[in-house]
Amino acid sequence: MEIRELQAYANFFFTMFLVFLLYGYIVHLYRSEKKGERDYEKYADMALHDEISDAPVDVNPKTLDKKGKE
Amino acid sequence: MQSNAALEYDYSIAKLFTYTTILFGILGMIVGTLIASQLAFPELNYLLGEYGTFSRLRPVHTTVVIFGFTLSGVFATFYYVAQRVLKVSMAESKFLMVIGKIHFWLYFVGALLATISLLLGFTAGKEYAQYEWPIDIVIVIVWVLWGVSLFGIIGIRREKSLYISLWYYIACFLGVAMLYLFNNMEVPTALVSGYGNIMHSVSMYSGTNDALVQWWWGHNAVAFVFTVPIVAMIYYFLPKESGQAIYSYKLSLLSFWGLMFVYLWAGSHHLLYSPVPDWMQTMGSIFSIVLILPSWGSAINMLLTMKGEWNQLTENPLIKFMVLASTFYMLSTLEGPIQAIKSVNAIAHFTDWIPGHVHDGVLGWVVFMIMAAIFHMTPRMFKREIYSRKLLESQFWLQTVAVVLYFTSMWIAGITQGMMWRAVDEYGNLMYSFIDTVTVLHPYYAIRALSGVLYLVGFLMFAFNIYKTITASKRLEEEPQFKTPMA
Ligand code: HEM
Repeated sequence: MEIRELQAYANFFFTMFLVFLLYGYIVHLYRSEKKGERDYEKYADMALHDEISDAPVDVNPKTLDKKGKE
Repeated sequence: MQSNAALEYDYSIAKLFTYTTILFGILGMIVGTLIASQLAFPELNYLLGEYGTFSRLRPVHTTVVIFGFTLSGVFATFYYVAQRVLKVSMAESKFLMVIGKIHFWLYFVGALLATISLLLGFTAGKEYAQYEWPIDIVIVIVWVLWGVSLFGIIGIRREKSLYISLWYYIACFLGVAMLYLFNNMEVPTALVSGYGNIMHSVSMYSGTNDALVQWWWGHNAVAFVFTVPIVAMIYYFLPKESGQAIYSYKLSLLSFWGLMFVYLWAGSHHLLYSPVPDWMQTMGSIFSIVLILPSWGSAINMLLTMKGEWNQLTENPLIKFMVLASTFYMLSTLEGPIQAIKSVNAIAHFTDWIPGHVHDGVLGWVVFMIMAAIFHMTPRMFKREIYSRKLLESQFWLQTVAVVLYFTSMWIAGITQGMMWRAVDEYGNLMYSFIDTVTVLHPYYAIRALSGVLYLVGFLMFAFNIYKTITASKRLEEEPQFKTPMA
């Protein structure tokens, strides 16, 4: 097989592989929410509560540590 | 966390980039209007000697609006949004403040030098990658500085989860970094051979490889400068301005990965019917068509965010700007894939339909979104209400008419041109010579020039409104939560 032909097949199968990953991700998103492991929609209003004094949706533990030491 | 009570977000860098957004917007659009007029009235080519010709000014227009105006808008909104969604102030880190300032000043000086170098005729000759190698090096440093700011502020964040807008800013950073480096691999000729001008260089690639790398970058300049960071903006500013949560956060996530996955491989649609391998052209077409899905995913998500709140469209002109922007985003992401279909491309390629498509995207989507973002940010950064709602409303209609005039005239011109080029008589001879097309197209070029004038006037109204807001408008006691106050 010529290199060009090989490149074309490689491109095709790699694309199929990535399509598979993408669909896997979508399934993962919906399934983990259905099982109650994650709640993605709680991030949907992050822009609305963005005052520096607002409570973070998920607190970054590293920042808290630093603050704790001060 | 009590100590945060007095803490405030620091907008000094965001303000600086807001000024350059307006400055480069005016410059880029003046040049755009000038070259549009030159195409209609060729005598205008001779106003400024060699510096005023279409060939010199066209790359000045494209690079000033892309790397001057749009990137300034991206940086301005980034320095505003990132602090807020990460709930950390830049003032909390001296290091980040210093990096931010160097980022701005190097960017500003670099952008001026880059533009002067193009006017002087130094060009690498690749579209959107015209800058010669010394300028490229400055650009790389500017980009790295932005990276330090971006990941630096993420490093000190209080909010652990990165809001979807930040995903898009990160993608803009990584995408441009990778593609800009690949496409600008060039050999400075004077250093290697000892001859010629020190500024000059040749590409490391040749032939079809060069073309492929060029359009890998070229199309992704559209993806990662005109799309990805603008989507970042709308995901923040539309929910914030309307007080509505994003319709579906999951949809925003999967559209993000869909867009990343598909956009990178659509570039070969610029090379249909060229000597690049046939399968690559076909893949370029297919990827372009699939691209409709993630693009519309984001746009529809934004429109659905307004569900049940459409009254805001009449009550708040900024919502109108953003809804129009996302509608134009849908239009141009449908139009692009249509042009990428091989049989359509046979007519569309090299015609005015292409700049027509480009400008319904940039004028309707990119500029409208950036202006809306600045209208939203300015009252909060300067603690003053918008100077004039009337001015803002008239600007909206003026520019909307201008966009419509631009793309409709170019649609007609482009398709006419494409049909005339390929028309043959019964013996297979071409029916028209080139000059026949020029004669037919003249009125449409004149309409486009007029649309440029209207759009530019609209942008000047915007600039004036912002200037008056900063200097003379009523002071705000406290920061508005959602709707931007205006007089
Ligand atoms: C007053 C508004 C504007 C006018 C009158 C205008 C006019 C023009 C003209 C005449 C061209 C050359 C077309 C050709 O060679 O046939 C052009 C190209 C281009 N303009 Fe504009 N422009 C404007 C604003 C903008 C803005 C705001 C952006 C981006 C943010 C933009 C991005 C581009 C790009 C990317 C191209 C290259 C298109 C291609 O290669 O197909 N323009 N513009």
